[in-house]
Amino acid sequence: MERRTIFPGRLLPILLVLPQLALTIVFFLFPAGEAMWSSLTQVDAFGLHTQFVGLGNFAGLFSDPRYLHTIWRTAVFCASVTVLSLAVALALAVFADREIRGRGWYRTMLIWPYAVAPAVSAVLWVFLMNPQVGLFGRWLNGTALHWDYAINGGQAMLLVIIAAAWKQVSYNFIFFLAGLQSIPRTVVEAARMDGAKGWRRFRTITLPLLMPTTFFLIIVDLVYAAFDTFATIMALTQGGPGKATETLVVKVYRDGVINLDLGGSSAQSVVLMVAIITLTALQFRFLGQRRVD
Amino acid sequence: MKRRSLLAGAAALAAASPRISLAAAGKTRVVFWHAMNGALGAELNKLIARFNASQATAEVVPVFKGGYPETLTAAIAAWRAHQAPHIAQIFDVGTGSMVAAGPAVTDVWKLVKDTGVAIDAKNYIPSVRGYYTLADGRMASMPFNSSTVVMWYNKDAFEKAGLDPAKPPATWPEVVKAAEVLKSKNAAKYACTTSWPAWVHFEQFSAVQNVPFASEADGFKGLGAKLEINAPAFVSNLQRLLDMSKAGTFKYAGRDNTPDPIFYSGQAAITFNSSGILGDLKKSAKFKWGNAFLPYDPAVIKTPLNSIIGGASLWAMTAPHRTPAEYKAVAEFFAFLGQPAQDAEWSRTTGYVPVTFGGYNLLKSQNYYTQNPGTELPIQQLTRGHVTENSKGIRLGQMPQIRVIIEEEWEKALQGQQNAKQALDVAVQRGNTVLRQFERAVKG
Repeated sequence: MERRTIFPGRLLPILLVLPQLALTIVFFLFPAGEAMWSSLTQVDAFGLHTQFVGLGNFAGLFSDPRYLHTIWRTAVFCASVTVLSLAVALALAVFADREIRGRGWYRTMLIWPYAVAPAVSAVLWVFLMNPQVGLFGRWLNGTALHWDYAINGGQAMLLVIIAAAWKQVSYNFIFFLAGLQSIPRTVVEAARMDGAKGWRRFRTITLPLLMPTTFFLIIVDLVYAAFDTFATIMALTQGGPGKATETLVVKVYRDGVINLDLGGSSAQSVVLMVAIITLTALQFRFLGQRRVD
Repeated sequence: MKRRSLLAGAAALAAASPRISLAAAGKTRVVFWHAMNGALGAELNKLIARFNASQATAEVVPVFKGGYPETLTAAIAAWRAHQAPHIAQIFDVGTGSMVAAGPAVTDVWKLVKDTGVAIDAKNYIPSVRGYYTLADGRMASMPFNSSTVVMWYNKDAFEKAGLDPAKPPATWPEVVKAAEVLKSKNAAKYACTTSWPAWVHFEQFSAVQNVPFASEADGFKGLGAKLEINAPAFVSNLQRLLDMSKAGTFKYAGRDNTPDPIFYSGQAAITFNSSGILGDLKKSAKFKWGNAFLPYDPAVIKTPLNSIIGGASLWAMTAPHRTPAEYKAVAEFFAFLGQPAQDAEWSRTTGYVPVTFGGYNLLKSQNYYTQNPGTELPIQQLTRGHVTENSKGIRLGQMPQIRVIIEEEWEKALQGQQNAKQALDVAVQRGNTVLRQFERAVKG
């Protein structure tokens, strides 16, 4: 039986919802509307000449092979960050869920990185991994690997994936820990009594019961990798070398703020917005279907 | 009890918040948005204080807006909201956008005409002024903090390699040979590197070698300019750098000023960087250093020309209801900056080059250059030869994007994906697309 709070009358609920509605309208609907209008125009930086070009910006985007490469690159980046971050967080959560000494301390330590600002964490990674001045990077530079992410695109991509995934591990860890703790002990003990070993128990009981959490985290991580990694990438590689780490959100910034191409940049942000809305809609649909009560 | 102390705390916090400095009553207030932080910002504040104290009608209020790109974006957004500052410090590569800004800016020549304040273009050093003038020589913006690129080298490393530290290489073939010697004698981890790859090896290269960077006199004559950086001179220069990279004598270490630490830490023996790093080197270098003229390619030119300035200039912006008194105050501030004493003081304390002949001569008469080795070289490089269409500066829209395009293609070439000719052909094609977009957007 579900618990519901029923409000008498209509005035009170409307008043309570109004602040959030106002925020949504001012900070999302209004700018989104402006971006959509701007994406249909070609305008100079100062707004002196505005030309309506219809879908011309979008046509220009999708006929540019570089933009399609950027979409592919962003997809690879998001998938890698999500998989890496989820796998590490799940492993850590499983270990931290056990009855060991100091598990409270482990849990706290594992949650701390979430509080570090993305730009700060990026600078820390530079101090660690820069091939000339980084603590670790200098040593790596001397090995056969020739670690230098200023000229090696593959290494740059690897670095930003690791740096971005590291930031998100804490967030996933919290949810996984909560998910693990919500698994009824009786089920696990029954399986143990039936002779199921650790890995088998994990695969057949824990993992399926964690599915709703996992699915939710996949969506959150994909959105994080698509948007919130902007500061990390800009501080580490600025999208280079040679576009190797330029994701869609970095391209939007570069085209909009640095290159002052407002029409094209707005079109890109509209594309991103549509992609994220689709992703979130899919999530709601699937989560709604897979409710495990 | 708890709520009262909370409210009291909030009130105290509000009262303690920093106040924006307001101009004294009766004076014309001039808002100046700039991008000078740290020691440069402190010097700027001193300069502005001197101006405010020198007269009683105007007061300039400086506001630090962040880095150059942020200041440009903020100025544009402010103008669109009818709240533009009186003066905005815009970097060199934003000049194309500002010149195309139409009613958003008041050119210096127009300020002079409208307000009657005396600012004579002839007082300004041609290669410094040239970047910020219109095609016919009228000044558009006021040159302010200008530097140029020179070659910096590690004298200790040169000695270790058996090279004469008093005779740095003057031509590109000599640089290649010196780098080989430096590498073979293991005098430094990297023989040669560079900061600002596109600015140095394309824009400055085109000026010094007198080859056009783009058509229409590097864009000064019109918006229809096309890039010409795939000409043989540029291709052979880039190929030379790529060959040096493969031979291990040249290290590409990133864009903009990311590679700076490699030279500061002594790991590179030769680098190309702004003349403004002199102050940092004096403070923190643990080795003997020197600077020298940019090398030239004797196959392209026998006597190299001047290099181009970098840095920023000051633009007078418009706003509805801006009064003639405010424009006059702006013009008076610009004129103050051009006074020999002020120009010399700014140059001496910051390391930027003087922008007027008066300032340059004053510094010479004060023996500043003889007492501070290395400080006169940039201005000598800026005043050598005669200014041509190719060495006046670059007037292209979307310059930041074009620089990134050049650097991206260079980086792809470094990874072995293409050679110099292919890289520059692609760069020209991509750059021209960007220029046509800019042209279309500005023409409406």
